[in-house]
Amino acid sequence: MTPLAAMAEPGAARGKTDAPVRIACRDLNFHYGASRALKDITLDFYDRQVTALIGPSGCGKSTLLRCFNRIYSLYPEQRATGEIILDGRNILSPSVDVNELRSRVGMVFQKPTPFPMSIYDNVAFGLRLYERLPRSELDGRVEAALRRAALWDEVKDKLKEPGTGLSGGQQQRLCIARAIAQRPEVILLDEPTSALDPISTGKIEELIDELRAEFTIVIVTHSMQQAARISQYTAFMYLGELVEFGPTSRIFMNPREKRTHDYVTGRFG
Amino acid sequence: MAAVPAHLSACEAVPWRRVRRQRRVADRLMRVLCVAFTAVGVFALGWILAMLAWEGVHALSPRIFTEATPGPGSEGGGLANAIVGSLVLTFLGIAIATPIGVMAGTYLAEYGKASRLATTIRFVNDALLSAPSILIGLFVYTVMVQPMGSYSGWAGAVALAIIATPVIVRTTEDMLRLVPSTLREAGAALGAPPAIVIRSITWRAARAGMVTGIVLALARIAGETAPLLFTALNNSSWFNANLLGGVSNLPVTIFQFALSPYPNWQQLAWAGALLITVAILALSVSARLLLRRRTTR
Amino acid sequence: MTAVTERLALDRPAPAVRPSALAAVDRVFRLSAHLCALLVLAVLVGVLAAMVHGGWPIFRELGAADFLTSSVWDVNTDRYGAWPAIAGTLMTALIALLIGVPVSLGIAVFLTELAPPWLKHPIATAVELLAAVPSIIYGMWGLFVLAPLVARYVQAPLNQVVEGMPILGTILSSQVPSGTGIATAGVILALMIIPFIASVTRDIFDQIPTVLRESAYGIGCTTWEVVRHVLLPQAGVSIIGAIMLGLGRALGETMAVTFVVGNANRLSASIFDPGSTIASRIANEFNEAFGLQMNALLALGCVLFLVTFAILFVARLLIARVRAP
Repeated sequence: MTPLAAMAEPGAARGKTDAPVRIACRDLNFHYGASRALKDITLDFYDRQVTALIGPSGCGKSTLLRCFNRIYSLYPEQRATGEIILDGRNILSPSVDVNELRSRVGMVFQKPTPFPMSIYDNVAFGLRLYERLPRSELDGRVEAALRRAALWDEVKDKLKEPGTGLSGGQQQRLCIARAIAQRPEVILLDEPTSALDPISTGKIEELIDELRAEFTIVIVTHSMQQAARISQYTAFMYLGELVEFGPTSRIFMNPREKRTHDYVTGRFG
Repeated sequence: MAAVPAHLSACEAVPWRRVRRQRRVADRLMRVLCVAFTAVGVFALGWILAMLAWEGVHALSPRIFTEATPGPGSEGGGLANAIVGSLVLTFLGIAIATPIGVMAGTYLAEYGKASRLATTIRFVNDALLSAPSILIGLFVYTVMVQPMGSYSGWAGAVALAIIATPVIVRTTEDMLRLVPSTLREAGAALGAPPAIVIRSITWRAARAGMVTGIVLALARIAGETAPLLFTALNNSSWFNANLLGGVSNLPVTIFQFALSPYPNWQQLAWAGALLITVAILALSVSARLLLRRRTTR
Repeated sequence: MTAVTERLALDRPAPAVRPSALAAVDRVFRLSAHLCALLVLAVLVGVLAAMVHGGWPIFRELGAADFLTSSVWDVNTDRYGAWPAIAGTLMTALIALLIGVPVSLGIAVFLTELAPPWLKHPIATAVELLAAVPSIIYGMWGLFVLAPLVARYVQAPLNQVVEGMPILGTILSSQVPSGTGIATAGVILALMIIPFIASVTRDIFDQIPTVLRESAYGIGCTTWEVVRHVLLPQAGVSIIGAIMLGLGRALGETMAVTFVVGNANRLSASIFDPGSTIASRIANEFNEAFGLQMNALLALGCVLFLVTFAILFVARLLIARVRAP
């Protein structure tokens, strides 16, 4: 069973049958120096769906995620070849401005990364980069983003306080607010709850489910339960290869590959 | 002892005791030496400070801050022009060194990293850091004083800047490297180009440490004498804001007055030495407090 | 969440700030960082070039070997030899190391292994702060406090004891018991490098994992055995690196030495006689120097620069070798 064949039956997706493709990945290879971390990944991500990338650590799921905004290009020894099509352009091509690309693709990291500035400035940071907004509109956008990230009520009285003073879960929601304030098309989440307690994790998961209405979401998670709870599609990766991709329910209930079956039933990983 | 059977104690006790005694003596000797060395070191250094405080406090008086340095053989006098000159030179030096040092340190930490050029510059910076400061004075003499034809405040400030820069480069790089890379990635992920990530995120995160470096550099150059001997030299007129001419300053004044035969000059030298040491120790202590506040937070 | 239902990412307006403008800011910033870094390199090259250029007439006319080994320094006849200054520099630095190294290591061991916790922090802080005290202070103390003591309690009795003795008589006697001289300068330098070597060594000791230390204590080692068999071998050559950094400071130190070295141009066999070091010679003569004398002083500067640079290079290699694995 090839991944492409698996993708050929979208009918099994929960409720959604014909979502358009937002990101198309073709023959993607990735190298850290001499070692090859991704091998010929070909995979589609559907618009306004949550796609989970799962697999044992070191399988390349984070590496794949870091291709979609070319964040890897901060490190000269890392490079990707192949094609990733977003909005009709191959974002791996040198002609695409990485900074503009990243303003279209938001990212939230494993550990919360509040900037050393006020809560307000954290959210406004990305907005100020590419948009010249009057103060009132900026305030509105910041408020909207914080509301959308379910953080507004907790921070509305202390917008001028440093973002680093918030709790871990609040910090992570601040980072989500910061990402969505820019109105990206895609949000990449790299194990966003692995540093959080169960209650904060629950809040973030609810939030992800709500954000699905507006954004295409790709989430890397080490927790299969989390993938099953919040994603519509799941890709199982192993040793840099895409083993199986399909609607989440089918991947977990009825995997076609033996390695997928072993992983989701807890035989290894 | 009585409980131990005689044949056991006879064959075990003898060799055991001898080795142990040697080791104990060696250990005792080493402890005594270490404590003695520490005592000697701390005592000598304490003596220097006590002497300085004693002589300095006796020589201090309000006219130190109001009167200019006296001529040879004249009575009284103060250090006002030297204090003003030192402040001007030191802050000018820091003002030149800070942007260069911060940018060079930023290059090493954010752009150059492990490249060959960055490795070279890192080594060169260490060389400058430990280069004898008198050589910096010679260098500035040949490139500024000689061509311009006279000692000048600017030459002194440049010499001090050359000494301060490597300190700032080093601490800036060290502090920037402590900023987690995820913070940079998070900035880049919002579409911010490196310059903006550095200016509004990385520098801000490392701010306390970088300020510490600048304060340390200030402390380092405030007492430097050798590089000023051939650059700013001296000037006995009261207010010497003209940086194109020689500028009087505390360290050189202290040096000249301490070696002079006049008692009032020697007194002034002690007063100046006390002022400068107190200022430098205050700067060093505040630098440490800054850093501690940062690490405990 | 009924409040916000409109799709945030509806239509992307063209960015008001053009990416190309941001990219230009980025390039300018990067370029200026690069230039500042190169400036650091340029200054070092400039210092070396100034010394070599200034000293060139000396090396050309006298030859480097003659200049380095001749011990005549006579302004009137324009003959310049570097040997007295070089010998003075080496001698003061050697005395400084002989006194300073054991004391520094003792302080470092005391601070890491012996000191009760309440004493550790104050002493460590004091030692580090003392490294910040400017060198003229040490010089003044040396001139006004140490030199008279040396003259009265060391030189005078020593002169009587060693008088007529074959070797000690030359090395330890002094013609005029003034208190200033090579030995006093060495002692002052030792005091100046102690805070430096002690705090670097303590840092090195502190980096050695506690487990290593504890496991040695655990099998019944005494403190001395832990220091000898665990701390010193672990710290290894990086202590030598720290000592060499201290040596570099001692060689280049100017003001403190100028106060107490006596500033004599001739070479004396006794360590209690006045002498000079490269740095003190430059500090004393440069402002009044002209012509070939100035070239000679710059040539001296060149020698000092190359020596301190070489020492730093070796020290860095030693320290780097420890950190590599």
